[in-house]
Amino acid sequence: MSDNLKIRIERATKVFNVYEREQSEPEEIAVPRGHADIPGRSTLEPVPLPRTRGRRGRSKIRRSTLYALKDVSMSVNRGEVVLVIGPSGSGKSTLLRCINRLENLTGGDIWIDDICVSDSKTDIRKVREEVGMVFQSFNLFPHLDALGNIALPPIVVKGLSKAEAHERARKLLKRVGLEDKEHSYPAQLSGGQQQRVAIARALAMEPHVMMFDEPTSALDPEMIKEVLDAMLALTEEEGMTMLVVSHEMGFAKAAATRVVFMDEGEIVEIGTPDKLFNNPDEERTKRFLEHIL
Amino acid sequence: MAREKISTSDSTLIPHRGEKEIFSAWKISFFGAIGLIIFLVIYSPDPYARILLFLPDGVLRTFQVTVFAILLALVIGLIGGLGRISRIRIINKIATVYVEVVRGIPLLVQIFYIYYALGRLVRIPDIASAIIAMAVCYGAYMAEIIRAGIQAVPPGQMEAALALGLSRRQAMQHIILPQTVKIILPPIGNEFIALLKDSSLVSILAVSDLLRRGREFAAHTFQYFETLTIVALVYLILTLLFSWLVGLMEARLNRNVR
Repeated sequence: MSDNLKIRIERATKVFNVYEREQSEPEEIAVPRGHADIPGRSTLEPVPLPRTRGRRGRSKIRRSTLYALKDVSMSVNRGEVVLVIGPSGSGKSTLLRCINRLENLTGGDIWIDDICVSDSKTDIRKVREEVGMVFQSFNLFPHLDALGNIALPPIVVKGLSKAEAHERARKLLKRVGLEDKEHSYPAQLSGGQQQRVAIARALAMEPHVMMFDEPTSALDPEMIKEVLDAMLALTEEEGMTMLVVSHEMGFAKAAATRVVFMDEGEIVEIGTPDKLFNNPDEERTKRFLEHIL
Repeated sequence: MAREKISTSDSTLIPHRGEKEIFSAWKISFFGAIGLIIFLVIYSPDPYARILLFLPDGVLRTFQVTVFAILLALVIGLIGGLGRISRIRIINKIATVYVEVVRGIPLLVQIFYIYYALGRLVRIPDIASAIIAMAVCYGAYMAEIIRAGIQAVPPGQMEAALALGLSRRQAMQHIILPQTVKIILPPIGNEFIALLKDSSLVSILAVSDLLRRGREFAAHTFQYFETLTIVALVYLILTLLFSWLVGLMEARLNRNVR
């Protein structure tokens, strides 16, 4: 990949099929309430129970489609930090997940330099090595300690020796301020520490782009800062290209070069943090910001 | 992390973690059985001591059948379990049909079938056919347990591994299966114990396992009550020993995490 790394997203569309069970109205059947309802019958005779089959109605499964991404086009240049905001279900995460093809696009294309990510013939593993990803729920490997979590992917994927990989892992742990936790298992670490290990794990593959999918949403307030600091250090020291789904305004103001506001699968507005937060053009953006600020 | 609990049909006396009391159910059963045997041998050595000396061959044979059947069943189960989650349709169907068919036929019928029915086509030695029958049957149950174990690993694990550039196979090998082992150990342990008990079914073939040795002794002496008492107690001791081993392994695997 060249130094002029650029992500281009062209008319990306992602459609999910949603299956819903639809209950049709049960047929009305006159239910005899008591013996008196049936004329000409002795009250001692048992009342026949109404047949249950007709009463339940038929259930149908209806397929509907949901546009998670609708004609999304944008590009990210090298060194940019792009923040994606928007209400839940607006397609922010889907956008990130399509970039490293954890989801397949339904239409449109995503290019990283001259590699077409959305082309099924592309070796997606090469792309994934270049594009690190950090998840909302950390997704650390619970059977490995911090060092093992960071060292395993380079050993398996890049064929690094154990010693090399461990040395790299130690350096990365030090960078995220966890050098004393190398032998701790994920269950023994706090949420913030786990997320920092996850960042180090993604960095161990030496990616050119980092994607963060709501990295602080699952954290207690006092742990958010340590994770954001680690992310900030990444932009400041390395000029890492980053795509961040997050509503952290502090991070947006400190690091973001552009902010993208998405709603219902569409990009509503793109702008500098200053412009978008303080003086948005679109009505939808204004309404959303009123809710979160 | 919430994990789907795997339910097993055959509950056995695997010692619960933290069950530290002196009179746990396991201890009462285990030492009770040993004590009863010792008591019987001392109290009335004539049939009991002779029975006890007659049985060791059978114990060995039972062990042999059980251990080989377990190893083979694990291999079949792993292949079957991976087949059940395979995204290649034909493999998936084959594995699913295997599981459905084998689980739907009683083990005793399967043993007869492999020994007598298939025995007419290919000559298989007694013990081998017994082991194969047990392994084929238990392989299906293991396959289901392994499938459930793999699916109980949170999907985020596979996603994280893929996002790091691992292939599906690498992710399975390095990330998913190591976590599966810990989840499936208790139900697999239960299957081991169930298999040990069901190995008594092979005594209907010409395999002189523990039960068959007991019946041979009783057929000579007509002391059915005494012989079968000892046979039952020896089986009990064996299964309890097994369950203790499974409990140990579980504790070992759980030492690191939580």
